[in-house]
Amino acid sequence: MDHAHAMSGHAAHPAHIDTSTGLDSRKMAFWGFIGSECLLFGSLIGTYMAYKGKSLVGPYPHDTVIDGQLVEGILNIPLTTISTFILLMSSVTMVLALSATQRGDRSWSVRWLLTTAFLGSIFLGCQVYEFTHFNHVGLKLGTNLFSSSFYLLTGFHGAHVTVGVIYLITLAFLGIRGRLGPEKALNVEIAGLYWHFVDVIWIVIFPLVYLIK
Amino acid sequence: MTSETREIIHDQHTHPTNSFYLWIGVVLFVLTMLEVAGYIGEVKGILGVGAAALIISVLSAAKFILVVAFYMHLKFDSKVFTGIFVFPALLGTVVIVALYMLFHVLPGILPPG
Amino acid sequence: MASTATAATAPHVAAHHQPTGLWSWITTVDHKRIGIMYGVVSFLWFLVGGLEALLVRVQLAVPNNTFISADLYNQLFTTHAVTMVFLALMPLTAAFFNFLVPLQIGARDVAFPRLNALSFWIFFFGGIYLNISFLLALVPGMGSQAPNGGWFAYPPVTTLAYNPGLNMDFYVLGLQIVGLSSIIASLNFIVTIINLRAPGMRLMRMPIFTWMVLITNVLIVTALAVFTIASTQLMFDRLFGTVFYDAARAGADPLLWQHLFWMFGHPEVYILILPIMGMVSEVLPTFSRKPLFGYNVMVFSGILIGWLGWGVWSHHMFATGLGPIADTFFSLATMLIAIPTGIKIFNWLGTMWGGAIRFTTAMLFAIGFIGMFTVGGISGVMHSVAPADLQQTDTYFVVAHIHYVFFGGTVMGLWAGMYYWYPKVFGRLMDERLGQVHFWLTLIGMNITFFPMHFLGLYGMPRRIFTYAEDLGFNEMNMLATLGSFLIGIGTLVFAINLFTAWKRGRIAGPNPWGASTLEWSIPSPPPEYNFRELPVVRSRMPLWEGDPTKEPGIPHGRRDEDTEDVTLAGTKVAELEYPDAESKMSAHDLGIHLPPPSYWPIVMAFGITLVFGMLIFRHAGGALHNLWYGSAVGLLLTVYSIYRWAFEPGH
Repeated sequence: MDHAHAMSGHAAHPAHIDTSTGLDSRKMAFWGFIGSECLLFGSLIGTYMAYKGKSLVGPYPHDTVIDGQLVEGILNIPLTTISTFILLMSSVTMVLALSATQRGDRSWSVRWLLTTAFLGSIFLGCQVYEFTHFNHVGLKLGTNLFSSSFYLLTGFHGAHVTVGVIYLITLAFLGIRGRLGPEKALNVEIAGLYWHFVDVIWIVIFPLVYLIK
Repeated sequence: MTSETREIIHDQHTHPTNSFYLWIGVVLFVLTMLEVAGYIGEVKGILGVGAAALIISVLSAAKFILVVAFYMHLKFDSKVFTGIFVFPALLGTVVIVALYMLFHVLPGILPPG
Repeated sequence: MASTATAATAPHVAAHHQPTGLWSWITTVDHKRIGIMYGVVSFLWFLVGGLEALLVRVQLAVPNNTFISADLYNQLFTTHAVTMVFLALMPLTAAFFNFLVPLQIGARDVAFPRLNALSFWIFFFGGIYLNISFLLALVPGMGSQAPNGGWFAYPPVTTLAYNPGLNMDFYVLGLQIVGLSSIIASLNFIVTIINLRAPGMRLMRMPIFTWMVLITNVLIVTALAVFTIASTQLMFDRLFGTVFYDAARAGADPLLWQHLFWMFGHPEVYILILPIMGMVSEVLPTFSRKPLFGYNVMVFSGILIGWLGWGVWSHHMFATGLGPIADTFFSLATMLIAIPTGIKIFNWLGTMWGGAIRFTTAMLFAIGFIGMFTVGGISGVMHSVAPADLQQTDTYFVVAHIHYVFFGGTVMGLWAGMYYWYPKVFGRLMDERLGQVHFWLTLIGMNITFFPMHFLGLYGMPRRIFTYAEDLGFNEMNMLATLGSFLIGIGTLVFAINLFTAWKRGRIAGPNPWGASTLEWSIPSPPPEYNFRELPVVRSRMPLWEGDPTKEPGIPHGRRDEDTEDVTLAGTKVAELEYPDAESKMSAHDLGIHLPPPSYWPIVMAFGITLVFGMLIFRHAGGALHNLWYGSAVGLLLTVYSIYRWAFEPGH
């Protein structure tokens, strides 16, 4: 059956959706959820921006001059640049996963889903390394305004990535069991919306926290 | 794959192909590299703090729009989804800008006399 | 076809009735049952919140009173507000959203029935969790630990350093639980309204109540997210040692909390009033026998209020030194929002003007709402003038304002809705005489209670004080306010009695006892499980008032003839009720209608979520009890497990 779908070049045509807009309710609800998350992360980012530069004691994010001395910033820009690229790459693989699912290409659908989850896990690994290193050199949750707002913001983001990884692995598992055909592509599409949104939040966080002083 | 299929069939735009997505990915990489270049430029003193911030912000806004419009398919989907997303996204931006203004910009402006 | 099929099959029914046991309610995903549960539970919380208020008023009745301690007083005025806002008023509006929206748009249920049940159970457990704090008074050595920092919970007073007890932990944890309930429900309603309307029901043909529900839920889904972050930050400060609000040691700014809180808090008050405005906009036309005046304008002013409501939050902060630019901006924005609000008031008056008014209890409350809300709106505009507000803020003037809009507005409008839709929900009419007693006690009581507070405030009585000296000139007005509050209490008691006795012995209502115009009145009371036997095709904004096509559209006076099930327009029959009461005995199964099956995953998941937040409070405990905080992880596992079982549940 998969062959027929793959050869047709299009996904199967579903029955007409019987809603007022012709749009799927689950997809609509998910965009609504994403809207709510915009406010969630907006508040976290807003808090970070409000407290930017106001910490009374270090460690500080970027290099600062205190009493004529250069105090090194704690953020590791090279490492985070790499992890940013990895997360970006995972968005590309996510799109490919959806494309494969819609085509009915089961094996590539599973491969791309697992690759996305894998890349997401690498990103998380970098974050875990970053957090433990920071903790080790004295930046704990309650050290200063920077630490609290940084950990909460990036921690919330990391938690979202974690949920995404679990979500993707679950879908890959379904795909392996043959239960992720093109008629189920909406599930992958919604996972994709979630994953890309998490990437989009990082697109905002990376410059505001790491690159801009 | 539901309403999207019908839209693809009946829509004027062609459905994005895999290579199209890969090109977007390449653009995203380039923009990210430019962002980091902006940061390095500021560190090395080539760019002022404000100029660097502006350049980096514009680049990141471009990335934001590219991912939302193409990877999240918003450009090709129904305008209803665009509405559902844009309103809270704008509000979130207002929250960030308002908090920044209220804590950094406005306190520097004192009342007359 | 309809009547013969009914006549032929009615005697054979009975087999597949909607089950009635406790388990069927626990696992229900039917929006009507969920609405009833929201209504019953939130009305009970309303009584609790009212009791908290009465205790406050007794303490304030005379100067230097020692009826309750200062600490308990702080808990009571805090929990009065928290209970009323989060556990009574918001869920009462949710009860109406749940029951009515699918009926008004011609749908069988909401878009996500199990998610709907989840929202209810999260609210249910969250409310209990918040109030366990009081029960700690029974633990030797502990004392009542209810939230005590005001419902707005300003730091530093609510930080661990200044508030070392468990009180504010219950606040942050309990409200995060309850907040989740609202956010989940709002997504459900937004999608339901946009996507599940009956054929022909364009957005501008929807009942005005449904429009207001849509706008309200957009506000909920955005504003609650900000409150989640504010309270999460406070929670992390108290439980995990962050320094978001630690001004003394970390240089934090208490104003950050205020901004985040009021970014939520101001849309919150519109969340509390817009649905009520929608309800009143349904009640007034029915009992004026005239269509709503200026429907389009009412919709657009509602949208404008929702949108502008996001731009005024710092009018709660005029006394915090924001600076002239911020003060000016927020002052102007607040004045601006009075315009769409005022437009609504004129439209309501225009609806009644020239109408044939029937003064049922619902109508009395609706008219009372207009008057009392206008008074509250006027004091609100007085607040919007920043320099004047410097005198008014943090005094009883504000207490007067908020109670005119919350009580005179939200509560009285809710009661209008209750009297109006009670017959639809329960199939019986409430007693009109008891209703009149309730109304007059409430109207007179509330004015005696809250009007003096305008003066008390301007004479300088601050808010949130547990007593006052006897030579300040506050004595008589406080005593008056206390007496008035007991009048309100008696009125509420009368209402509670009416609610109960009507359920048992009220007059049978029939589908459309008021002769109203919207879709929910076209089906039996109470509605059958499947709502509509056939989904209606809608051709106008007032489907049941569609008149003779040779006459002008929308002319009212559609009265239901009790004997023949006909709806007549000026003596001429214009419609026939197609679903006489006998049909409510037919089950969905008999009619071949598929309804989503019940499920216990919503209540299980709600319990898991409650554990995730609730168990964190043990981080404050010493000794062995401290380890109970890992119960939060157990809750997380339970939640994740429930999600998987839910996702793969058969039949959905």
